[in-house]
Amino acid sequence: MFGSFRAVDNISFSVRRGEVFGFLGPNGAGKSTTIRMLCGLLSPTSGSATVAGYDITDNPDAVKENIGYMSQRFSLYEDLTVDQNINFYGGIYGLEGARLKERKEWAIVMAGLKGKEKMLARALSGGWKQRLALGCSILHEPPIVFLDEPTGGVDPVSRRKFWELIYELSSHGTTVFVTTHYMDEAEHCNTIGFIYNGKLVALGSPTELKHRLDRYTVYEVHCSDPVEAMEILRQQPWTVETSIFGSAFHISVDSSDREQFMIKQTLAQNKIDVTQIEKIVPSLEDVFLHLIDAEDGK
Amino acid sequence: MSLNILPIVRKEFRQIKRDKRVLAVMLFIPALMLFLFGYALNFDIKHTATAVYDEDNSRSSRDFIDHFFRNEYFDYTLRLQSKSEMDGILDGGQVKVVLVIPSRFSAHLENGKEAAVQVIIDGSNSNTGSMLLGYINMIIQQYSVNITAETSIAHGNHLLAMPIDYQPRVWYNPELKSAKFLVPGLIAFILMVTAVISTALAVVREREMGTIEQLMVSPVKPLQLILGKTIPYTVISLAATVMILVLGYILFDVSIKGSVLLLALVTIIFLVGALGMGLLISTIAETQQVAFMIAVITTMLPTFILSGFVFPIRNMPWFIQMVTYLIPARYFLVALRAIVLKGVGLGAFWEQLVFMGLFAAAVLAVSSARLKKIIS
Repeated sequence: MFGSFRAVDNISFSVRRGEVFGFLGPNGAGKSTTIRMLCGLLSPTSGSATVAGYDITDNPDAVKENIGYMSQRFSLYEDLTVDQNINFYGGIYGLEGARLKERKEWAIVMAGLKGKEKMLARALSGGWKQRLALGCSILHEPPIVFLDEPTGGVDPVSRRKFWELIYELSSHGTTVFVTTHYMDEAEHCNTIGFIYNGKLVALGSPTELKHRLDRYTVYEVHCSDPVEAMEILRQQPWTVETSIFGSAFHISVDSSDREQFMIKQTLAQNKIDVTQIEKIVPSLEDVFLHLIDAEDGK
Repeated sequence: MSLNILPIVRKEFRQIKRDKRVLAVMLFIPALMLFLFGYALNFDIKHTATAVYDEDNSRSSRDFIDHFFRNEYFDYTLRLQSKSEMDGILDGGQVKVVLVIPSRFSAHLENGKEAAVQVIIDGSNSNTGSMLLGYINMIIQQYSVNITAETSIAHGNHLLAMPIDYQPRVWYNPELKSAKFLVPGLIAFILMVTAVISTALAVVREREMGTIEQLMVSPVKPLQLILGKTIPYTVISLAATVMILVLGYILFDVSIKGSVLLLALVTIIFLVGALGMGLLISTIAETQQVAFMIAVITTMLPTFILSGFVFPIRNMPWFIQMVTYLIPARYFLVALRAIVLKGVGLGAFWEQLVFMGLFAAAVLAVSSARLKKIIS
């Protein structure tokens, strides 16, 4: 894609109509490149993709007419009012007359901006801006909407409200393709694609992905020296992986009936006090850290 | 889906209306520059302070001095009493010219010999210096002719006709007023600067705010975006042009001798090139500050110095002259002066239009290609 560097390499997936597809991965994993290709902004060097029934290489203009796009930067004109922003975005998508009026009304109600139509966009708070930007990007009622880290830098209450909007869109048949860093948001998706180093390393529903760790048991361990403890446990043949979680750490081990005893014993031998050890249901974060470790180990 | 440029044009006008600074820059600065340049940039030389040291102090020397000051170019400001007073008189700058009439002036004239007169000119400003020299030459030659005629009559000869009867007529600007020459130049200068800066900023602002990303994923085509963004600024620039022409007429009595329609056509072709240049800058600069800097550097000085606005191109060394071919205002100026001052038709300057058209086509081609690359 960029010179000799492959930002995205051989990824393949399909998204069902009306589902919320979460696209996850660390920064630089290739999320933005994929979204840019799907929006018709970049052409893949090889391979193909179809968005809303149109080929992104052969027919990018048709793709652009059938998608909505919103990014973390909330592309609003800050020096225009709420009303003028909606008029402009409606205008460039060819909305006019009664339809524009109707969609404007919808967007204002949806964003909770009733009575604030004459306010400048720059005067709006983050949550409002975000909802207005979403409204502006789907005025033309596209069957598919791409949201590139839409909740970055927004407070938790606004984030929750925003996800309610996403569900509403999805329930009306709009396909939502969303990238995020937040694991709690990932849990809300129907399907998750996890991308790492330009490769799609996992694809499935959150529950399906968690079952990937079924062969292992995950423990949360509180102890006197978690960093040292992780170092020691990593040497053990039965340890799959360890990762720090706040003041504790998570450890995945091959399932057997003696694993808890083995962890405690190993740490005791090294004079590390275990204050608490608990078997936990693996979180998506555990799954992804596991996938990354597996990928790096290749 | 039918798409037009109206939403973009409307939005652009709204943003200009919101940000009054842009409008102020585009309309107020031209008016200010017209005042400044029209009144301050004055090459007319009149009432030059002159000192006289008349060593002869005779009837003929006084007659000569009287003749020397019988025009509006020189003022008799100082009479020197001794040769020593001459030292350093030009240094202080109270006078620009010193006229010295030696003691043998009248005696030589009466004897039919050549009488010498010394004129010292402050040449620190080469422009004024050479113009003063020209005036002095004219005055003294006229005086010599008069004396020759008188003496030949006094000697009983017939009045000899001069071999050449010199009858100067100045066309287009008979009073030789600098303002008349400068107003068309000023239009070119102001349009170049404001059009380039405003378009460059308008596009870079979208990049800076990130709104261009939203336009990229919309069905808006690059051409639509370019037209939609430049049309509002073209309209405002044309309004500024009309304003300068009206002010030029009121303040400096500069009226359009030629066709207004032709003037509009030439101006629009020039503006297309200037807007193209603004777009080009917007594809290079990432921030509004950088865009502003580049726009100022590439328009202000080159247009001021290299377009023939103030300094004649033919006096420049050849390599600088080569550079002037890259300055679009150079062609615009020739056409403007031809229409406004001379009132001539297209036949007199069509080559200038060709060059302006080429410039516009080249910058638009490069900038659209670059913009497309940025957009996709």
